[in-house]
Amino acid sequence: MSGEKATKKPDALNDDFKSVRRMKEIMTNYYIEAKTANEQGKMVAWITSGGPVEPLIAMDIIPVYPENYGAMIGASHMAVQLCETAEQMGYSRDLCGYARSDIAASATGGGPIPGGLPRPDFLVCCNNICGTVLKWYEILARYFKIPLFIYDTPFIHTEFSEEAKQYIRQQTFDYIKFLEEQTGKKVDNERLKEVGRLSVGAIKLWQQVQDTCMHRPAPMTAFDAFFHLALIVTLRGTQIVIDYYSELLDELNDRIARKVGMIPNEEYRLLWDNLPIWFKMRWLSKKFASHNAALVASTYTNAWSSTVDLIDENDLAGSLGLATASIYINISIDRMISELGQMIKKYDVDGLVMHSNRSCKPYSLGQYDIQKMVMKEFGIPTLIIEADQVDERNFSESQIETRIDAFMETIKAKKK
Amino acid sequence: MKELELFYEISSDAYAYAEKWKDETGGKVVGYFCSYTPEEMIAAAQALPFRIFGTREHITCADSHLQSYCCSLVRGGLEDALTGKLAFLDGTVFPHTCDSIQRLSDIWRLNAGFPFHIDVILPVKLDTDSARAYMLDVFRKFRRDLERQLGSISDERLSETIGMYNSIRLLLEEIYLIRSENPAIMPGSDVYAIVKSAMVMDRRDLLGRLRGIVDALKTKRQEENHDKRIVLAGGVCNHPDIYPILEKAGARVVWDELCTGTRYFEGMVDNSGDPISALAARYADRIVCPAKHCGPDSRGRNLVNIVKEQRAHGVIFLILKFCDPHSFDYPYMKEYLDKENIPSMILELEEQLPSEGQLETRFESFIEML
Repeated sequence: MSGEKATKKPDALNDDFKSVRRMKEIMTNYYIEAKTANEQGKMVAWITSGGPVEPLIAMDIIPVYPENYGAMIGASHMAVQLCETAEQMGYSRDLCGYARSDIAASATGGGPIPGGLPRPDFLVCCNNICGTVLKWYEILARYFKIPLFIYDTPFIHTEFSEEAKQYIRQQTFDYIKFLEEQTGKKVDNERLKEVGRLSVGAIKLWQQVQDTCMHRPAPMTAFDAFFHLALIVTLRGTQIVIDYYSELLDELNDRIARKVGMIPNEEYRLLWDNLPIWFKMRWLSKKFASHNAALVASTYTNAWSSTVDLIDENDLAGSLGLATASIYINISIDRMISELGQMIKKYDVDGLVMHSNRSCKPYSLGQYDIQKMVMKEFGIPTLIIEADQVDERNFSESQIETRIDAFMETIKAKKK
Repeated sequence: MKELELFYEISSDAYAYAEKWKDETGGKVVGYFCSYTPEEMIAAAQALPFRIFGTREHITCADSHLQSYCCSLVRGGLEDALTGKLAFLDGTVFPHTCDSIQRLSDIWRLNAGFPFHIDVILPVKLDTDSARAYMLDVFRKFRRDLERQLGSISDERLSETIGMYNSIRLLLEEIYLIRSENPAIMPGSDVYAIVKSAMVMDRRDLLGRLRGIVDALKTKRQEENHDKRIVLAGGVCNHPDIYPILEKAGARVVWDELCTGTRYFEGMVDNSGDPISALAARYADRIVCPAKHCGPDSRGRNLVNIVKEQRAHGVIFLILKFCDPHSFDYPYMKEYLDKENIPSMILELEEQLPSEGQLETRFESFIEML
């Protein structure tokens, strides 16, 4: 053990990375730019996190992500208050916490950004992540009285049919036409190609960043990845993202060279499933670190890179949608298990931690079956944490702590 | 009414009916959950389209597959599949509905073990040319998938079945219209028994019996009635007990906006051209359910229109707990009603209804303000 390693805080959200400071700068500038879009003569589109953002970037439209704001709201412990406001507006407490928070923040200007998110000129909703976004964006369309484009990605149960592929390809053209109508400008195909190239480059870098965790000890954890994820979600297709992940990758490779792990004394390696519990990141990362356990990967952050091979840089319009429809949460349980199996082997993990997330039914329903199949097929212990991505009322700390401790004992006993 | 005995029998034990039907006819039974199932194709293949409602009691098996935050429809359906109560099914069809049914389809396919399983992955938006073209492609694909399981479906037979379904839909609508005109003509539980049976029984037999009911209703005398006129709105209503309690409290259901109601039967198929194109057009044009998109407020406008057309005094929303699509739509639909000064109340349905006394009190206080 080097002295340097021993002094590292067992906290994934530390500021050890230079990139963390850089990220804060980039995100601040991004939100300032979005808030002053009018003055720059630019339009603002609100878009779902899994949506095809590249055409927006190519047409100089500023994309804004209510889900990213939802994560910020959760991390800054503002979700309960906003969710309660939404509940007073008539929205059931059982609905997605991001949706409730954002609907309330839109109506009240609340949340960590003073005055809330910049007002959208139009909306782009891609249902590859859930049916919730469809309802949520309909609410936004009624509230702001602005146009809504729906990019419909048929779910992949047993096959990705030719019919569905054809429908998706056609929608990319519909989408570009919609943007041309909104902006009054023609899309520049050369620019779109360039954005596609930058996007694919960024996605590949994002995969490399995550792949550094194949090393023992892992130079970062999934908790860090949840943080660094923000750029691949929001700004892919711009040079900034390439530069950022290149720098981050250098830092991570430097750590690998110096054998510096994020968790001192990394002994156990775990895989995380589902969205983060944004308001408990620090607590959870400390909790796992106290057991010398590193969460080395997550199906969540992997979702923004796993389908990159389906994108053809030279035919962005023809291929982008196919990748969009193929992400982890838009596929059947059996297909999920096969992806999970690949990750279990790739990152050489000792256990699987599944966040059963009340806010996200498409991600969470089916986890009990996945759990049984993972134990059977891959022989690793699994843990299910019943919680929520942002609503702190759905988190029982003492119960979860007991379950994590018991799970870690199982893993330790198995590794002996 | 004597004509209704069979409907009560079927709606109270649909599984027994399906088993008997199978024994007597040697036909196949195909289960489904959602009113977007193109049933006409199943019936044209000589099979019985059978809507699954699922149990609401004694869940033992489904809980090891589903979290607590999943609706009772999904849980109860899975329970019956896993405990063998649906063993008479030869296959199941899952049209794309909501996030929960989407995952139920996977869990069902991997655990229930019925001979065949077909996912019909419909478009979610229905108001664009590309979506409607895809809808048609999906219907053609469904026909091929179904033919592989049930044998060939000729255009002639399909057209004939579509004609039968059109007649069924018209008769169901006629029953609704007669009731709206004369709300005391039959109790709400009669209409419930008819509509629920319509989704599970032999459709040819159904057609004949619906004619009988309409004829019988037409000969009945108009009865004076001053009860308040109510529209039910929401998803699946599988609680016949609601009707007598409402009636006791001084109100009559005159129309509904339910998956187990008008959303099932409204919208005819134009049976003049290619039958598959005609079917696809009907399912794209019918009144949307909240898991589908056809403009940002089509359901809200439709509900206000229903209330006005049916001269209703108020609306009761019946929403299954944990039903995301309906829960998201409720606030704006209520707001649309509020703007028109139409009173409404919401009843969140869990596995079990609230006690009769509690329901009576809630209905009474709502009806008093109408």
